[in-house]
Amino acid sequence: MSQAMGDEIRFVSLCGMLGYGYPLGSLETAMRAGAEFVGVDAGSTDPGPYYLGSGTGFVRPLQVKRDLEPALCASVSHGVPLIIGSAGGSGAAPHVEALLEVLRGIARERELHFRLGVIAADIEPQTVSDALAEGRMRPCGPSGSLTADAVRSCNRIVAQMGTGPIIAGLEGGADVIVAGRSCDTAIFAALPIARGFDPALALHAAKIAECGTLCARPGGANDALLCTLREHDFIVEPANPAKSCYPDTVAAHSLYEQPDPNCFYEPEGMVDMSDCTFEQFGERSVRVSGTRLVPAAKPTIKLEGTALRGYRAITVAGMRDPGAIAHIGQIEAGVREAVSENLAGTIEADGYSLRFLRYGMDGVMGTLETERNTPPHEIGFIIEAIAPTQELADSVVSLARSTALHCHFEGRKCTAGNLAFPFSPSDLQAGPVYEFAVYHLMELEDPDALFPLRFEEV
Amino acid sequence: MRLYECAKVMRSKNAGPFTLTIDLMFEDRESFDRVLAAAGFSTGRIARLYGVPEDSVQICPFERVLTVKVTMPRPGPSSGARGDRDVYGCQQHFPLADMVL
Repeated sequence: MSQAMGDEIRFVSLCGMLGYGYPLGSLETAMRAGAEFVGVDAGSTDPGPYYLGSGTGFVRPLQVKRDLEPALCASVSHGVPLIIGSAGGSGAAPHVEALLEVLRGIARERELHFRLGVIAADIEPQTVSDALAEGRMRPCGPSGSLTADAVRSCNRIVAQMGTGPIIAGLEGGADVIVAGRSCDTAIFAALPIARGFDPALALHAAKIAECGTLCARPGGANDALLCTLREHDFIVEPANPAKSCYPDTVAAHSLYEQPDPNCFYEPEGMVDMSDCTFEQFGERSVRVSGTRLVPAAKPTIKLEGTALRGYRAITVAGMRDPGAIAHIGQIEAGVREAVSENLAGTIEADGYSLRFLRYGMDGVMGTLETERNTPPHEIGFIIEAIAPTQELADSVVSLARSTALHCHFEGRKCTAGNLAFPFSPSDLQAGPVYEFAVYHLMELEDPDALFPLRFEEV
Repeated sequence: MRLYECAKVMRSKNAGPFTLTIDLMFEDRESFDRVLAAAGFSTGRIARLYGVPEDSVQICPFERVLTVKVTMPRPGPSSGARGDRDVYGCQQHFPLADMVL
């Protein structure tokens, strides 16, 4: 790939998340405007640890196909790369495979041929244990000190790749890149950095681009954003003519999901936006300049690992009787005691957890709730059990449910039952419960070496 | 006046599975300045409302768009872990929103 200083590079971010949808007209507009590659982020930790832990996606294959098919066809017919990062949602091997299955299906149906680069992001627990023993692991924000036990407890660990592995894929001639867990910025900054554009501007543009048109008005992640990167600035513009970018909406984007609006951290270093200028550029686009990159003293990559913490079962019910609502604490205590007595010998009370979520009272805030003066006329009630096996969790919730239904309390009038169940069956299995046991930074000399790349002719 | 009424936008969200960030966006500079200058709007008081250590709370003004960002460790467990109540952290702007200045 050649240097292109003084030149410009234009690319399109399809939408904020592959599968969340975008107007097909926006992709067409972007291709007509001369997009030199199509990028899309397919993952996030937002939906919690379950998806990495279980190896499943939080977007259904049908949604992925809907978004991917037009993008793949456009990329092949225009001869420009398609770059997909954090494939399958969490970017581990089963997620990447799920995305490849959809991709290959489209290629077969539409008779498309291309060179595919696949980059894995799975990390062996031993690699992390070694780094920990050598003092190369540190917390990412308030995730606490890592322990050897926490590493051992993980069923799956991925690392977020930077631009390096994606550049290697493109230099190897890939037309389509399917990358496992990636930094959101790597998807969009790889090609511009490889072409010689300023990494600070490329990473900042990528940071804005990865959310689609979230930086526009009307906002939302479900539409395409065009970015044009030049020598000293970049320009963002929604592909959809019904949307516009304004200096304030683009500047405000740096607040979103970020602990600090003035900077963010990538494997390439700290991207400093404190001296940035945002100017209206034409009616619907914004010009950004002044971003600086402070290279990292030691290269780091972010790891995400999940551990299985048990199995969940729940029951959903409502409560309308004012006496029952007033005595909810008493009912809960009675249920806990009855369940623990009943299961003594099978499982002790410290071997499972039993939780009462009281919507309408303090279901969202729990002990932090400050509004406790007005008794609600009705509450939504979820009883949750987490136990070492699904069968035990089912039993705990079943016992808790029947006990809560018939539990006596002082002055009880609703002697036929305390709860209204909307469903039969009333109890639901919610499956395995995971937790982020690793969310840490690893220092290493060559971060790119952790992400094996393979090619395939489709 | 409650903070909820002072702000044009008040939103909370995870910034990663271990961090909670709350944005207060204001309509005009007067409200922005008033909130920042209020003695009650302090890391100590916010820390007590959320049950987190005072030195872990950051108040970060972003003048360009008249926004104040408050960042802290998630008050409960990490996102989606046992005992969590809000996986995305999108409804955690209370009790800060209830703060009267």
